[in-house]
Amino acid sequence: MKALVSMTAHELHDKLVNREVSALELTRAQLAHIEETEAEIESYITVTSASALKKAEEVDKKIAAGEEISPLAGIPVAIKDNISTKGVLTTCASKMLYNYVPPYSADAYERLLGQDAVMVGKANMDEFAMGSSTENSYFKKTKNPRNTACVPGGSSGGSAAAVAADEAVFALGSDTGGSIRQPASFCGVVGMKPTYGLVSRYGLIAFASSLDQIGPITKDVRDCATVLSAICGKDEKDSTSLHVSTPDFLGALTGECKGMRVGLPKEYLSDAVDPAVREAVLSAAKAYESMGAEIVECSLPMLDYALETYYLISSAEASSNLARYDGVRYGFRAEGCEDLDSLFLKTRSEGFGKEVKRRIMLGTFVLSSGYYDAYYKKAQKTRTLICQDFARVFETVDCILTPTSPCTAWKFGAKSADPVQMYLADICTVSINIAGLPALSMPYGTDGEGLPIGVQLIGPRLGDAKILKAAYALEKGGR
Amino acid sequence: MKYETVIGLEVHAELSTKTKIYCSCENSFGGDTNTRCCPVCIGLPGALPVLNKTVVDYGIKAGLSMHCDIASYCKQDRKNYFYPDLPKAYQISQFDLPLCEHGFVEIDTDEGMKKIGITRIHIEEDAGKLLHAEGANFSLVDYNRGGVPLIEIVSEPDLRSPEEALAFLEAIKSTLQAIGVSDCKMQEGSLRCDVNVSVRPEGQKEFGVRSECKNVNSFHAAARAIRYERDRQIAILEAGGTVEQETRRWDDTKGESFVMRTKEEAHDYRYFPEPDLMPIFVDEAWKENLRNSLPELPSEKKKRYVENYDLPKYDAGLLSASLGLSKLFEEAVGEGAKPKTVSNWLLGEISKILNETLMEAEDIPFGGKALAELISMIESGTISGTIAKQVLPEMFNSDKNPKQIVEEKGLAQISDEGAIMEIIHGVLSQNEAAVNDFKAGKDKAIGFLTGQVMRASKGKANPGVIQAKLREALEALK
Repeated sequence: MKALVSMTAHELHDKLVNREVSALELTRAQLAHIEETEAEIESYITVTSASALKKAEEVDKKIAAGEEISPLAGIPVAIKDNISTKGVLTTCASKMLYNYVPPYSADAYERLLGQDAVMVGKANMDEFAMGSSTENSYFKKTKNPRNTACVPGGSSGGSAAAVAADEAVFALGSDTGGSIRQPASFCGVVGMKPTYGLVSRYGLIAFASSLDQIGPITKDVRDCATVLSAICGKDEKDSTSLHVSTPDFLGALTGECKGMRVGLPKEYLSDAVDPAVREAVLSAAKAYESMGAEIVECSLPMLDYALETYYLISSAEASSNLARYDGVRYGFRAEGCEDLDSLFLKTRSEGFGKEVKRRIMLGTFVLSSGYYDAYYKKAQKTRTLICQDFARVFETVDCILTPTSPCTAWKFGAKSADPVQMYLADICTVSINIAGLPALSMPYGTDGEGLPIGVQLIGPRLGDAKILKAAYALEKGGR
Repeated sequence: MKYETVIGLEVHAELSTKTKIYCSCENSFGGDTNTRCCPVCIGLPGALPVLNKTVVDYGIKAGLSMHCDIASYCKQDRKNYFYPDLPKAYQISQFDLPLCEHGFVEIDTDEGMKKIGITRIHIEEDAGKLLHAEGANFSLVDYNRGGVPLIEIVSEPDLRSPEEALAFLEAIKSTLQAIGVSDCKMQEGSLRCDVNVSVRPEGQKEFGVRSECKNVNSFHAAARAIRYERDRQIAILEAGGTVEQETRRWDDTKGESFVMRTKEEAHDYRYFPEPDLMPIFVDEAWKENLRNSLPELPSEKKKRYVENYDLPKYDAGLLSASLGLSKLFEEAVGEGAKPKTVSNWLLGEISKILNETLMEAEDIPFGGKALAELISMIESGTISGTIAKQVLPEMFNSDKNPKQIVEEKGLAQISDEGAIMEIIHGVLSQNEAAVNDFKAGKDKAIGFLTGQVMRASKGKANPGVIQAKLREALEALK
């Protein structure tokens, strides 16, 4: 029989409703499994056992009282440690916030609480979400549950590993340039970055404000649709959150994709992509064809400029967003500071890790007078061109199929020495954030070493339901 | 050599909105330290700003009242710098696309009216305040002021003297007060300015090198800082030196300014568009609604006072610059009082009391109707001007109208001839020497005796009646 903790949210929901299992039993089983697994995988920075058990009891009371419970009620969830959780340590995996306990909660987390989801812990990540392997965490190195010699991807590596290792039924991650999709791909789970503005960023500790978006990491596409329905919606506290009525994501999951036009851009299948990954994408395309979808070959030539554009914009915004960590009000403060300047300098030199400092330096440089036009402004222009590139392709297709990452999970340390190698791993994902589009990564086969391969489905702006529909069809009938 | 002083001002005015610019914390002066704060205005990780629309309304109103073009599209930008009173380490402001541009304000100068250009007006947030305890080796921060909405008004370098600068500041203050967007209380720091000064030999076209002076916290300080800076720069030029472009800090107690930053040390603020906020679009309807809501501006009011009420320009200028005084003026005149008489009372006795008690004209507890009543009582002979000056302070201290005060205190003028004659007889019997002087032909004695009668009546006797009856009584004694 399938273990409780390896089930999906919708399977567990049925069990809870049918009283085959109580929320408390489920949470206890989840915490016990974390206890067992955590020593090896290290998905979590903080495990919140006490509050989880308390929440589970509340859910059981509702069930006992005959109340209708929401689809995520009693379901254990891992929250990435850059999402503010009132009263619970929220560190961004940085020494800088090693002791920071937020006095308020992120909107997305509030919405999950409103659905009675049970948070079991705060997941590890690359420091301030900067990285593609979770090796930049100040606290620990999370292992890939599919092969513990490999990285789980990043920056939401803890969230993806937790779901893959059954340490949570689902997780929230954040995606600035691929930080949900790439680790989901590496760990063999489903991860989605919604349309920019669909999920409130209020309480998400900012890395790059115009690119950041919270999204679900789940065991299957149905759970992904359920979680997205729960966390999306207009938030008056986030000026960039969109005024749109919530689409029926679950209703889009028909299992059909007949007549859908699926774009296959040639730039994403170049020689830079691992053969096994390319194979997987092509075989997914064949599966779509066999299900009655139309494969449309297309071109996104601006991909060549995506990585540069991404690193200029994200670093510029990060340099400003991370300036508030100065040792004055909260978090880490260096010892032995003589005056104001040394307080700022020592705190920031000691509190931030290498990669974070690299990006702050880069961002500070590109915003400096004399360089602004050549870098930041030019990047903004390229951003417009990338948006137009996608808009043009979406005139003829419903969604776009690409690899999530040009490669599968690599071994620890393999790319740590060369930041550019690490940045190149984001090539397939960053342009989606630049254009503010929705995209989803789902597992589709494995490479020669048995490591999971992820395929990415990209939708037009607010086409979140479309890619969920396409993904669900592929998940059901595509193998 | 003769030099010309060139001055430009940057005025920061706190807007009197109910809540702060990006959160719902109360926007008001004072309060216990760090009590008007929330995750947004202390810049906690993950908190996001949401623009208070009233701030844009107020900014547009200020722009319209200063004849600016209002941008149909503008945005907010981040100005990045480190300081403990700035919790996000950037100030949300406006950089290359301000809300208002290309306006002017008119000021009165010795050579007549002069237009002073307004380069721009933009909206931004205020920072917190550092508190330094005497002798302590640390500082504390109060973030109550953080996120209070400001407009920054930047003038063209059109001002040529400290007096013009003062007139400009007065014009800004009275305009902002009149349109109700700022209370402009200098003592609460709700109006502050930076002063840019340069000098050039008279007749030269190019501007000289300017310095910017910060920490100027009163109109008086602005004039002093300008004089100081003008003299300092002229002295440098006269000695054959060159003026450096620098930022200086005004110390009002010492009456001197000191270098804060040289040109080389100038901050690079790394402005870039604020990604957490959407651009601001102002359509014609929004603008026109606000334009129609604008009250009469002080400059228009002044003109009307001169034309309709025949007031001297000087009176009209002072009255129209003050919301409180002009309101009282118009109410009193509406009750039928003579405009010039009302003006005399407002600018004389009433202003004297305001100055002595440090009260704002807006806080005067009585209305124009009461003032008109007071004036009509003088004109009808019910009380004398002297008595009226005793009634006025009572009007400030109680909510009673002048008639009640006069009745209760028995201050009404005595015009009854019999009653006054009685007082006169009493006075004459006690002042034999003066009576004898009069008999000896010294007419001067009448003046002395009039004073005595007035005194005996506690100021209430009608002077005209005294005059007639006293002479009558004295003649009878001859």
